[in-house]
Amino acid sequence: MPANRFNAFTDYGIGIGLRVPHYRHILEKKPVVDWFEIISENFMVDGGRPLEVLDRILEQYRVVQHGVSMYFGSADPLDRTHLKKLKTLVKRTKTPWLSDHLCWGSVDGTYTHDLLPMPYTFAAAKRTAEKIRQVRDYVEVPICVENVSSYAEFHVSEMTEWEFLSEVVELADCGILLDVNNIYVSSKNHGFNPYDYVNGVPHDRVAQIHVAGHTKFEKYILDTHDHPVLDPVWKLYAHAIRLSGVTATLLEWDDKIPSFQEVHDEALKANQFIDGARAAKKPAPAVASR
Amino acid sequence: MKLPARQRTTRDLKSLQRLMTATLVRPLTRTNRLQSRWADGRTMNAVAASFIKPNDRLTSLERLQIYARCYWFRLLDILYDECPGLRAVLGEKKFTRLAEAYLAKYPSRSFTLRNLCRRLEKFIREEPRLTAPHTALARDVVRFEWAQTVAFDGESRPALTPDDIADRPPARLRLGLQPYLSLLALDYAVDAFVVAVKKGGEFRADASNTPGAAPQAAKLRRAPLPKRGRVYVAVHRHDNMIYYKRLEPAAYRILGALRAGRTITQAVAHVRGVTPENLQAWFKNWVELGWFCGQADQSR
Repeated sequence: MPANRFNAFTDYGIGIGLRVPHYRHILEKKPVVDWFEIISENFMVDGGRPLEVLDRILEQYRVVQHGVSMYFGSADPLDRTHLKKLKTLVKRTKTPWLSDHLCWGSVDGTYTHDLLPMPYTFAAAKRTAEKIRQVRDYVEVPICVENVSSYAEFHVSEMTEWEFLSEVVELADCGILLDVNNIYVSSKNHGFNPYDYVNGVPHDRVAQIHVAGHTKFEKYILDTHDHPVLDPVWKLYAHAIRLSGVTATLLEWDDKIPSFQEVHDEALKANQFIDGARAAKKPAPAVASR
Repeated sequence: MKLPARQRTTRDLKSLQRLMTATLVRPLTRTNRLQSRWADGRTMNAVAASFIKPNDRLTSLERLQIYARCYWFRLLDILYDECPGLRAVLGEKKFTRLAEAYLAKYPSRSFTLRNLCRRLEKFIREEPRLTAPHTALARDVVRFEWAQTVAFDGESRPALTPDDIADRPPARLRLGLQPYLSLLALDYAVDAFVVAVKKGGEFRADASNTPGAAPQAAKLRRAPLPKRGRVYVAVHRHDNMIYYKRLEPAAYRILGALRAGRTITQAVAHVRGVTPENLQAWFKNWVELGWFCGQADQSR
C-alpha cells in the first residue's frame, strides 16, 4: 500500500482497534492481523496488567498509537505530564506515527473527556498548528490529526470544516487521519455534502483512514462505534482511497463489541474497495513539499 | 460572559472554550436536560444561541445539550464502573446524587479517566450529608476501591530478593514499599463486602470517546452491609492480578513505619506480642510477594 512521510513510509494494510474484550482471543489464538491501533491513554500508566498485555501484543503485532486527550485545539498549553507519558509509550511501542483528534476538550485544566468541535477560525488554526508542531518535536514521530464527528457549529466560524482541517495540517505540516464515518456523521448533522469534504482536503497528507459504525436518531446522527460500517460510509471510503491512494485503514468498534472475528471480518470488507481503487490505477499523490 | 463577534486571538478561543465547558459541567435536570437558566439569570436558550448555530432540525440549545448529555453520561458511567461497592452501600438513586454532586464540585483535572475517583473520599468527608447514615462505611469503601485502581496499574519497582537484604544490619536497613501497594486501616470489613458485590471481570474498561446512552448501571450482587470492626488490609497485585490481604495490626504498623522511612529495627521496636518467628514469617512472605523495593539500604 502507498506510504508517505506522515505515516513514516509504512505499508500497514487493514487494522482494528485493540480492545479489552478481545485480549484473551488475541493472546491465545494469535490471529493474523495487519496491525492494531491502541488508545494511547489506556497504556499511559506506570505498570501492571495494561503494560503486560501491551508487551505481549508488541511481540507479535505492529501497533499504532491513537490518542483521545491531547486536545491540540484547546487554548491551554500542552500538559507536560501527558507529553512525558506519551513519549515513554512511543518508545515502548515504536509507533511509526501518532494520531489524535482535531478538537478541544479541556480548558484551564478541567477535562471534559470529549472530542469537542473547533470554531473554524484562522486564529484557532494557528494555535492548533503550533501545538501539533510542539508535540511532534517532543515525541519525534510524525503526527496525524483526525477530523471528529460533531453535533454543533459555532457562529464565529470563518470557513468550512475541511478548509479548517486543510489550514491546520498545512500550517503544522502534519498528516491527516481521515475518518470517513465522522465526515458522514457531520455531513448529516450539518447539512453539507460529504464528497465536498473528501474532495477538499490535501490528499497527499492522508496517512490513515478510519471507518466505523454510527447510530441514527430522529434529528441527528451519533458517532457511536457500535455497529458495522454503513454502506454510505463504505462508498465514501472508496471515494477517499481513489483520491488519496490506498492507505492504512482501521475499523473502530468501541461499544457493544462483538467477537474478534466479527470485528476483523468487518474491517476486511475494506478490501473490496481497495481492489476497486487499485483497478482504477490512481497513482499515489505527490508528497507534500511544505 | 460576552464573547467577541470575531475570534482573533488564543484568548478569544479560550473565552469560547470556557463558556462551553461551563455549560457542559453544570448538572443536568432530572430529565437529563440543560437547566433552563444560566448562572447570570439569562435563559439557557439565549446562552446557547449566543455561540452555537441552530440548524433546520435542532435549536442551539438542543445541539449543546447533546454534548452536555454525552459529558454526564460518560463520566457517570465511569463512576458506576469504578465504585460498585459504594453503589451497593448507597443504593442507585443516592449514589447517582452523590456522583453528580462530586463531578459538579470536582470535575476531572486529569487527561485520563483513570484518575476520576481520586478525590471521591475527600468529597465524601466534606459532604457527609450525601452518604448519611453510612458516611464512615462509604469512606472506607471508596478508599478500598481506589486502592484497587492503584494496584491495577500503579508503578512497580524492581522487587528486592532475599539475597538483596540478607546480612544487612536491621538497624540501618530501610526498605521501600512498592508504589502499587496500599495499606488501609478500615473501620469496616469492606474487603469481603466489595468482593461479594462485584461481578467478575478480569480487565478494566477502555478509555473511549464514543458517546453512550444514559448510564445503565450493571446489576450488583446483594450482600449485607459489613458491621463495624477495625480491619487492616493490604491491597496489592501479584502476577498482575489484584489481591487484598488481611494484616495483623502489628504487621500493618511495621509496614507503615517502613513506608515512612524507618529502619527495620525502628519499625519493629514498638510492636508488642509478636514472636521473632512471626516477624520472620511476615518478612519472608512480604519479600515473596515482592512488596519491598529500591533504596533498601541508605546507610551505604
